Amino acid sequence: MKPSTNRSPHIPLSKSPSLLLWFLPLAFLGIFYFYPLGSILKLSFSRTEGEILTGLWDSVTSPTVRNVLGFTFRQALFSTILTLLVGLPGAYIFGRHRFKGKKILRALTGVPFVMPTLVVAAGFYALLGPTGWINLGLMKSLRLDTPPVQFVNTFAAILTAHVFYNTTIVLRIVGDFWSRLDPQLEGAARVLGANRWQTLKEISFPLLLPAVAAAALLVFIFDFTSFGVVLILGGPQFATLEVEIYYQTISLFNLPLAATLSVLQVCFTLVLTVVYTRISASLNRPISLSSRERTQHPLHNRRSRIMAGFIILLLLIFLISPLAALAGRSITPLAGKGTEGGPLFTLAYFRALSQNPRESLFYVPPTTALGVSLGYGLITVFLALTLGVPAAWALAKKNLTLLDRVLDPVLMLPLGTSAVTLGLGFLVALDQPPLDLRASPLLVPIAHTLVAFPFVVRSLTPALSSIQPNLRQAAAVLGASPGQVFRYIDLPLIGRALLVAASFAFMISIGEFGASALIVRPEYPTVPIVIFRLLSRPGALNYGQAMALSTILMVVTLGGMLLMEHFRLGEVGEF
Amino acid sequence: MKKLSFLVLVLVVLFTGACGSKPITDEVRILTVMTHDSFAVSESVVTSFEEKYGVQVQFLEIGDTGTAVNKAVLSKDNPLADVFYGVDNTFLSRALEEDIFESYKSPALDDIDPKFQLDSKHRALPVDFGDVCLNYQKAYFEENDLAPPDSFEDLVDPLYRDLLTVENPATSSPGLAFLLATIGYYGEDGYLDFWQALVENQVNIVNDWETAYYAEFSQAGGPDPIVVSYGSSPPFEVLFAEEPLEDAPTAAVTSPGTCFRQIEFVGILKGTQNRDLAEKWVSFMLSPEFQEDIPLNMYVFPVNSKAVLNETFQKYLEIPEITADVSPSAIAANREKWINAWTETILR
Repeated sequence: MKPSTNRSPHIPLSKSPSLLLWFLPLAFLGIFYFYPLGSILKLSFSRTEGEILTGLWDSVTSPTVRNVLGFTFRQALFSTILTLLVGLPGAYIFGRHRFKGKKILRALTGVPFVMPTLVVAAGFYALLGPTGWINLGLMKSLRLDTPPVQFVNTFAAILTAHVFYNTTIVLRIVGDFWSRLDPQLEGAARVLGANRWQTLKEISFPLLLPAVAAAALLVFIFDFTSFGVVLILGGPQFATLEVEIYYQTISLFNLPLAATLSVLQVCFTLVLTVVYTRISASLNRPISLSSRERTQHPLHNRRSRIMAGFIILLLLIFLISPLAALAGRSITPLAGKGTEGGPLFTLAYFRALSQNPRESLFYVPPTTALGVSLGYGLITVFLALTLGVPAAWALAKKNLTLLDRVLDPVLMLPLGTSAVTLGLGFLVALDQPPLDLRASPLLVPIAHTLVAFPFVVRSLTPALSSIQPNLRQAAAVLGASPGQVFRYIDLPLIGRALLVAASFAFMISIGEFGASALIVRPEYPTVPIVIFRLLSRPGALNYGQAMALSTILMVVTLGGMLLMEHFRLGEVGEF
Repeated sequence: MKKLSFLVLVLVVLFTGACGSKPITDEVRILTVMTHDSFAVSESVVTSFEEKYGVQVQFLEIGDTGTAVNKAVLSKDNPLADVFYGVDNTFLSRALEEDIFESYKSPALDDIDPKFQLDSKHRALPVDFGDVCLNYQKAYFEENDLAPPDSFEDLVDPLYRDLLTVENPATSSPGLAFLLATIGYYGEDGYLDFWQALVENQVNIVNDWETAYYAEFSQAGGPDPIVVSYGSSPPFEVLFAEEPLEDAPTAAVTSPGTCFRQIEFVGILKGTQNRDLAEKWVSFMLSPEFQEDIPLNMYVFPVNSKAVLNETFQKYLEIPEITADVSPSAIAANREKWINAWTETILR
């Protein structure tokens, strides 16, 4: 530990050198985000010829694009509100109570987040499609001729899938924060005569707001840039900005318009994040955080057990049933459906996964694909934490410098940037040694880190900024260097939030966000890539194998999440 | 801290393991082939090429067909590879106009029907073709005593109401191919009327082939017994069945003009440092050895007339005699117009 030059007893954190903390995150964003994005935008706009600029303006203000913008915003807003409504009661249960099976339940809620959209859509179809179990059951029992539930290709399907994917964000970020909130204030309010609802409204919720706002922002940006869900479950009559960018880029090769739409999307993310940082600056306040021994109670009476049971059941139905339907499809023969006498149950799909009857050059056994996926996942966790911790620390100070204020919203931009655009950006920018990374496997975890990094920052900042400054002051007065303050004060207090951050980074990588825009070395595919390869071919065996591999992905993700729950960051995780 | 350094070590080991495919000796020359994500080939076929010419072939998958073409165009000043395989006739004009290929008149072209050779300057050489055709589930039509569809006219017949799923031409390559087939069949003046009749007859439109084939098509348990897929799908239902099948459960409609033929091309990328090897690879892709390996790996068919098809294909594959006639230049000139007109009329 270097002797600190600024061992001042006054709020040591705010004196920690901002520039130093920002160096790594900024260098990373500069090379892997701004440079590629700038290059592709420059190239795209250079393809406009003379007067087309006015044509471009007309295109952007055309009714089609206006409709797309309106729809993108609307669905993101509704999806976010619904996700909060579903996630907050669950966050309360996870934050405030101890019960059997909590760990596995927490881990389970993370699984939807990593599943490829095509596969999740298959799960929803199996449940709610025109010939799904629910419609078939209703038709049989009510003697109907047509399926009564119209789900796929509706607005409701888009919202449902978004809630399915993103509830875990609210559960994790808000739930973790809640579990650290000192219950004394609530207790005092109750003693003073406030009822349960008043306490929640006047005491708990205002204290929780920073975490709720952080979660809502992440969910909103994810929904705002939604691609697969809208494409597959929404059907052709819906298009988000991201879908329109894909169409303009790939199908029409109208790069200037695609670039304009990308800029629009990025600007919107920026405005949103600036508003968020303004709001959250006024929300963040140091509060006394407590250990979970004090904040969490077993479900002691009948009423609380019934309520918790009800909330958990709802979460399970909502988050697990599409996955269960999927797992069901991996062991039921596709052709047996509807035909009498066929077997009801088969392991043929799982067996076929480790066979390579055509001796294809690109065949990989599922273990290899899992190894590649997990390897990328670990690298992403490492990179995202390395970059995210200093950034979050810089942002958690009480007195933010101008640099902090400017950089805070900038961090979120990769999340709101079109994957298609950024993918092409890598291609045109990173093409010279020493940065000729176009075909390098390294680019995959780097791209994942761009998405994971904002998650890490947003899950850490609320926890870091809620630490009472007098703790740090006391430590500094007693002679601790900033590094020691971090290690012995901050780290123990944010151990749990670090875990949340790491699990997000892991899930984002396993779920392959945006990586489809990259260049793939076919001999080392990740699990989602193998699933996609299988799904794009006709034949029941291919489809079944895709379902089987998805089921394996679910189980491995679950295992990974459970393992992380046990990882306590050494002996300092809890106190 | 020990834990952290251990983690770093694990990561480094994992990572070098994951990318340690590069040859240790510099003496082996590397030929890089850029392709779309549906590319597949048997190991033995590539090995035979590698051994014959003492070269190592490195493949790069760069996205679906449209994405791959765009990436090839955007990297043309500093190409990622020596050869690009996978541009099809709906994107061919884009590749040719952007001038990404070097011309190469391979001797193997002699065995390839001129109707496949769409680029007279031999910058893009045909490798394989596949037909996008209507598919139907045989059992449905047997059980319901209905004749299977045989023409586009059948699709707008009230007897076939609410039986068809198609893909959105704006987002799906078979969807675009089917739209082009209807344009070829009814002409530019008539296709929208046909589509409006389809809508009145309750056509179901989805965005991607996977959803159409695996969620909406009755063969996979969905509601619709007719779907837009490939002419090769029926033999694959036999080859990739769970239990061995006597007969294909589905069939393709191959009436004149109702299928659209997708032809895929290979070309040598401008600026290659390995022109000699690239020529050898291109000719190899057109030779019977590679061509016969194509169907079982990529689900499309050889253009080389000397290549022999596997017996399952000979038995179950129906190749349409006459496919829709829409030229690559007409597609390039009108793609946006046609898709926009379709979107305005059908989706809004």
